[in-house]
Amino acid sequence: MTSTAPILADEPQDLEAPPPRRRPFVWSVIRGQPQATVGAVVLLAFVVVAVLAPVIAPYDPREKAGDVFEAPSSEHWLGLDDGGFDMLSLMIHGARVSLIVGFAAALVAMLVGGTVGLISGYFGGKTDITLMRLTDYFIVIPDIPLMLVVAAIWGRSLTNIILIIGLIYWTTTARVIRSQVLSVRERVYVQRTRALGAGHWRILSRHVLPQVAPLLVAITVLTVAVAIFAETAIAFLGLGDPTLISWGKLIENAFSRSAISVDAWWAIVPPGLAVVAVVLACTMIGRSLEDALNPRLRVGHLSVRRFRVREVEGKAL
Amino acid sequence: MSGTDYVVKRTVFALMTVLVAITLNFVIFRAAPGDATSSLAKCRNCTPEFRAALREELGLDKPKLEQYWIYVKDLARGDLGDSFVTRQPVWQELRQPILNTLPMVGLGYVISIVLGVLVGVVAAWRRGTFLDWGGVSTALFFYSMPQQWFGLMLLILLGGVLPASGVSDPFIDFLDPSWWEVVLDRLEHMILPALTLGLVLYGQYALIVRSSMLEALGEDYIMTARAKGLSSWGIVRKHALRTSLLPIATLVALTFGYIIGGDILVEAVFSYPGIGLATYEAVFDRDYPVLQGAFLLLTLSVILANFVADLLYFKLDPRISG
Repeated sequence: MTSTAPILADEPQDLEAPPPRRRPFVWSVIRGQPQATVGAVVLLAFVVVAVLAPVIAPYDPREKAGDVFEAPSSEHWLGLDDGGFDMLSLMIHGARVSLIVGFAAALVAMLVGGTVGLISGYFGGKTDITLMRLTDYFIVIPDIPLMLVVAAIWGRSLTNIILIIGLIYWTTTARVIRSQVLSVRERVYVQRTRALGAGHWRILSRHVLPQVAPLLVAITVLTVAVAIFAETAIAFLGLGDPTLISWGKLIENAFSRSAISVDAWWAIVPPGLAVVAVVLACTMIGRSLEDALNPRLRVGHLSVRRFRVREVEGKAL
Repeated sequence: MSGTDYVVKRTVFALMTVLVAITLNFVIFRAAPGDATSSLAKCRNCTPEFRAALREELGLDKPKLEQYWIYVKDLARGDLGDSFVTRQPVWQELRQPILNTLPMVGLGYVISIVLGVLVGVVAAWRRGTFLDWGGVSTALFFYSMPQQWFGLMLLILLGGVLPASGVSDPFIDFLDPSWWEVVLDRLEHMILPALTLGLVLYGQYALIVRSSMLEALGEDYIMTARAKGLSSWGIVRKHALRTSLLPIATLVALTFGYIIGGDILVEAVFSYPGIGLATYEAVFDRDYPVLQGAFLLLTLSVILANFVADLLYFKLDPRISG
């Protein structure tokens, strides 16, 4: 538990605290938490690799570079896959799709979840109840089957997969943002602004949103990890875009074209490890941000995968 | 707010979620473009007349609102409809897969909970030591693995030792096995998929248990206990663990709501004929009644688990007042 930021504590005595300095605070968190730095460096490295993919990939990932399932050698560091394609080049190009899906879907989840959370927490009452019942449904619905159904109906393009993932994993964001907004809207300066005649839009955009924004970023980083998982799941179950190379698709290829029975571990291990690295990096960044921003929010950090989010305390639904 | 109010409020919320679930389950599957007659593989070459007759037989020609009404009425009678593919009642279609799934996924969850609680308690007890750091890092590492990939890793490592697919040995009946041999055979087939689930999921329990233990260890009564000269393990076991059992108990209740849904990824890797695999096949067949049935069963069981968790929390913690 790191120090509570005065801006985010929800006790009235904090009114006497000095005025918030938002940006410096977030940066001090990142610098103060070594695991956040490690995560950021790893993530950045993968982003650079993805951006420079055509330049640094040693071979064209769509051109046969040798024998089927050729073992790793000095020419092909990670060997070749079932089609005789260079695994290293496939991995480098796969980073593009996996990261694009991860970030874009997390962005969709941020927009939907952030909006729902803001509206629900700020307006309260019937709006809140309706939106939270809807959120509850998305929390309990079987996520992977739903993604399969929607992918089967909408078709398998990259855009569709991003939308599907984003539109399923927004619930964590909505819940966390809502509970934060609930406390922010009761602060005296918000009520004063209201008394001065500010409209809902102005209060939300100028006073509430800036307060919850850092937390929103933290959760979105965690959602990136979930989205990358989801992409591997969709691809593994054969509903990914068949024309694109992604880490999920590589795992699927290795499985469905029996890399195991010929002991071609090099076709299976690398894509999984890449996912582990990116997911770990996102988890480290998101967790330390979340911890620093809101140590009192006792949602199970990693609850995103299976339970999504649910207040462990059972209080404040 | 009094205790009764709390229970009533929770019940109303649970019932509302059930209603939302029933309605959205209908919307998702019926509002979708294309239906069983346009996408059934075996109906690719049928004549328009035959297709129309089939639509009528399946009740797809009626207005959507009427279809919804029929769906709700059937549900009220406990009728989940008939499968489009086999024409058997959905309940009958799902029964065997559910029976296959329950013990396997249950075993997996038990592994993850036991491992998670152990790691979480030890990490909190030895906070800041190498044990803490190592335990949490390992848990996070496993938690960051795609399930299907870790399943494949286990297949590579242990595939020769343990059965790699199916729910039982297809030839076991010829050997005239005793009941004990049947159970053993089932267990053998369960180990790899359950181990995959257990190891991939225990991280979340470890972290939640650790943080709730740390919170409990920071309380004043812990200091009192320490001042009394109790051993450090004694404090952890008798005082801290008791308090942090609360969130753990609710977490366990929540977890078990998901058992009935099985696990598509793990079941796909190990060709385990459970409910996950059945759902997966239903997606490709556009077998909407089966999908609707599976979705409904899972959502209901999760809602029920949430409800039980809320009540459990209320029961265990008298401070909760809704």
